[in-house]
Amino acid sequence: MIVTLDINNRPYEVNVRPDEYLLETLRNLRFFSVRKGCDTTSCGVCTILVDDNPIASCSYFTVKAEGHKVTTVEGIKEESEKIVDLLQKEGSDQCGYCSPGFTLTLYSMKQKLEKPTDDEIRNYLVSNLCRCSGYEGQQTAIKNYLEVK
Amino acid sequence: MQCIGKDHPKVDGKGLMTGKLGYTDDLADPSSLIIKVLRSPHAFAKITEINLNGADEIPGVECIITHKDFKRIAVTRAGQGYPEPSPHDKFVLDNVVRHVGDEVLAVAAINEQLCLKALDIIDVTYEVMEPVLDFEKAIGHQSIIHSEEECHEMFPIGFEPSKNIAASYSMNVGDVDEDFKKCDVVVEHSYYTQAQAHAMMEPHTANAHIDFQGRLHINTSTQTPFHVRRIVATALDYPMSKIRVIKPRVGGGFGGKQCVHGELILAAIALKTEKPCKIVFTREEVFESTFSRHPMRIDVKLGAMKDGTMKAFDVNILSDTGAYGEHALTVFMVAGSKVLPMYNKVDSVRFTGDIVYTNHTPGGAYRGYGAIQGNFAVESCIDLLCEKLEFDPVKFRQKNMIGLGETSPIFEIMGEGTEGTAMFMESCKLDYCVERGLELMKWNEKYPRVANGRKVRGVGMAIAMQGSGIPHIDMASAVLKFNDDGFFNLLIGATEIGQGSDTVLSQIAAEALSVPLDKIIVYSSDTDLTPFDTGAYASSTSYVSGNAVKNAGDKMKELLIKEAANTFGVDISEISYEGLLIKTKDGSQEITLADLGNRLIYNEDQKQLIADGSFVGQKSPPPFMAGFAEVEVDTLTGKIELIDYVAVVDCGTTLNPHLALGQVEGGLVQGIGMAMYEEVIINSKGAQVTNNFMNYRIPTRKEITNMQVEFADTYEESGPYGAKSVGEIGIDTPPAAIANAVYNAVGVRIDTLPITSEKVLTEILKSKKL
Ligand code: FES
Ligand code: FES
Repeated sequence: MIVTLDINNRPYEVNVRPDEYLLETLRNLRFFSVRKGCDTTSCGVCTILVDDNPIASCSYFTVKAEGHKVTTVEGIKEESEKIVDLLQKEGSDQCGYCSPGFTLTLYSMKQKLEKPTDDEIRNYLVSNLCRCSGYEGQQTAIKNYLEVK
Repeated sequence: MQCIGKDHPKVDGKGLMTGKLGYTDDLADPSSLIIKVLRSPHAFAKITEINLNGADEIPGVECIITHKDFKRIAVTRAGQGYPEPSPHDKFVLDNVVRHVGDEVLAVAAINEQLCLKALDIIDVTYEVMEPVLDFEKAIGHQSIIHSEEECHEMFPIGFEPSKNIAASYSMNVGDVDEDFKKCDVVVEHSYYTQAQAHAMMEPHTANAHIDFQGRLHINTSTQTPFHVRRIVATALDYPMSKIRVIKPRVGGGFGGKQCVHGELILAAIALKTEKPCKIVFTREEVFESTFSRHPMRIDVKLGAMKDGTMKAFDVNILSDTGAYGEHALTVFMVAGSKVLPMYNKVDSVRFTGDIVYTNHTPGGAYRGYGAIQGNFAVESCIDLLCEKLEFDPVKFRQKNMIGLGETSPIFEIMGEGTEGTAMFMESCKLDYCVERGLELMKWNEKYPRVANGRKVRGVGMAIAMQGSGIPHIDMASAVLKFNDDGFFNLLIGATEIGQGSDTVLSQIAAEALSVPLDKIIVYSSDTDLTPFDTGAYASSTSYVSGNAVKNAGDKMKELLIKEAANTFGVDISEISYEGLLIKTKDGSQEITLADLGNRLIYNEDQKQLIADGSFVGQKSPPPFMAGFAEVEVDTLTGKIELIDYVAVVDCGTTLNPHLALGQVEGGLVQGIGMAMYEEVIINSKGAQVTNNFMNYRIPTRKEITNMQVEFADTYEESGPYGAKSVGEIGIDTPPAAIANAVYNAVGVRIDTLPITSEKVLTEILKSKKL
């Protein structure tokens, strides 16, 4: 079926299966930042924003996205580069596979939480797993991005 | 040094984090056939009949392969140097399945839905056999897991498939039995370590096509592209010269991608259909059908004198390699060879054991590679010994551990599947690591425990060592090409898997050539275009590949000096080389690197400058580390919380301190996961209960709240700019340090990993009853 999607503020008309998830649709559209890490909605790697809320694209039907604003890391270039620079400054990037999902969750946290505490940060990002980094450097980078101590 | 020791950001970091095309699946042809594998529901069964029921007639289903499509060629998927120390006991597809998740057949179709439809209607009839699910009962079990006549060892590794033994080994120095009799105190205890899953975020994936020269191109998320080429060629009896393997960016490996997984079936289907095709593992397949860490039972016996002198050391291991023998012998050996030499002053050592087949998901390479298992047992047992001796466990280690300039006979006796290499510690600041760790942990204020009502905090520690590549076996090489405009291509076989090797190796080239990092354009891991490298394993990249790059860099510098001398019409002794500028020593003539490049490419003395470098280690200088854990135990509920972890590491020069830190921190968290959270659980039918991220819990950012990592200032003469390795050492200490901390807090010793609250509570309750 044909659906019209708003991805990163641009319209796309795509032919999808009714049971197709956004993850597959977005990858087919060559948004390579959207990646798959699991089958049980439990790794956070595939996170994108729908109407500015982080959601797992691996379990969100594409047809449901019609009429909503879909954002991938490609759509927040400036902000994502800022986050990337801060992560790199701490040397907390490794394989990078988890980063786009992490970046979008962090970006949404910035809109939603005012001066979050350490614990609030960890809670907000808890579903974004990273197997490489050990989380320590990420935490520092996050705080620098949010400008909190 | 202008480039070494600097925190250069990863050269590929920004691109990967912002979604540029780079990982294996990004490179798959969009029209690729999708491959799905039918996997065994049984732990051990014979396939008696395969009824396709017309699955091959479904429009869009292009090909179905079963064991009947293959010659019976036994290989090992281990991804090691050749000849491998792992038994050749695996066929691409076989008529026997040996663990739940083992491959039965594969379907390729134009989309996933059709693949699944085909798999759904295919009927396979199995003759179910009694599986071996308890590794302590594997030897002499009535079920023989490998009775195929084609299975073989490549050289003697103690392979006895009729007894379910994949490999066995024994060594001894001195006479432990006699020495134990002379000891004031002898302790003996058995420890159990569990299977741990790698849980890298990118599942295994590979894609392939046949090119216009009829050659097979494989993109695969691997740590060992050159081994993949060799194993695919052997397994499919296809010329190696007609295979090109490219390793794109990899979303984490940790040893889990050292072995060949989907590539064999993928290659067979690509050759058969001659169409682009791809395989992407589901997370369940990653858990069930790739590898995990070898579970072990480790029996340790230690003897010492009242004055704290350790005398005799006896370790026996039973290791579970699961259904196939990949890394069976070598992981087991590292449990000895990277643990026993830490206590090099003993009079006698014995190390023995068997590695057995079971019908579990196979064991494979995993960061730490046996050392973490051995470390947990030995470092736990050292604390047990100290308790009986009434000797301070830190002082005991300081008295008995290896130091600068020292050696151990173990180095010469035990290698990885073969004999080892004698060596002296030309860099070793383990003593500093311990001292500094005590300070950072504020040990004296906290040891052994601080009680606060029902919550008690305790501290514990452990020391560790690893290696830097496999001497006389692991070879790496590099090529530098000098271009017009004065920049260089660095071509390396070494395998970037997220650890930062492309960046660190570029830094080494930039240092050797005295040029800024942006003059080095790195390209790695392409079997057609880059020179050989064994791959990213055995903590070898910084040391082995690093030395190869340095050799190439030094050679290139000589070539540039020669060309500059030629340009100026002077002898090379007259040249002052500054990298971007080359001058005569008297300052009368100069040429920029860019101009020299342009001259050689376009104008005069025209030629392409190329320099190569190779390296094979003559030894494997160990990095060392001291790890300190502080835990809090709720004595009412048994709940344990990790309050702080301190790691002080001697890895020689930190070529890129930030990336080295990332390696240690990432290793620590995986070690903490093994110590406290992670366990592959298998039910009574042999199926994994923990085959997804909901049931298999890796540490999240909520569990890891405090780590302090520091590096000792050391320099390893034989390493590139003084470096040893840093990829694995971080993982080794958490299990023992945390176990020791729990004991120091509440007086119970947990000898079976992981150290869960349930186990702690059970032990607390038991100790109260006594
Ligand atoms: S892929 Fe893991 S949460 Fe979506
Ligand atoms: S950087 Fe590899 S999973 Fe996060």
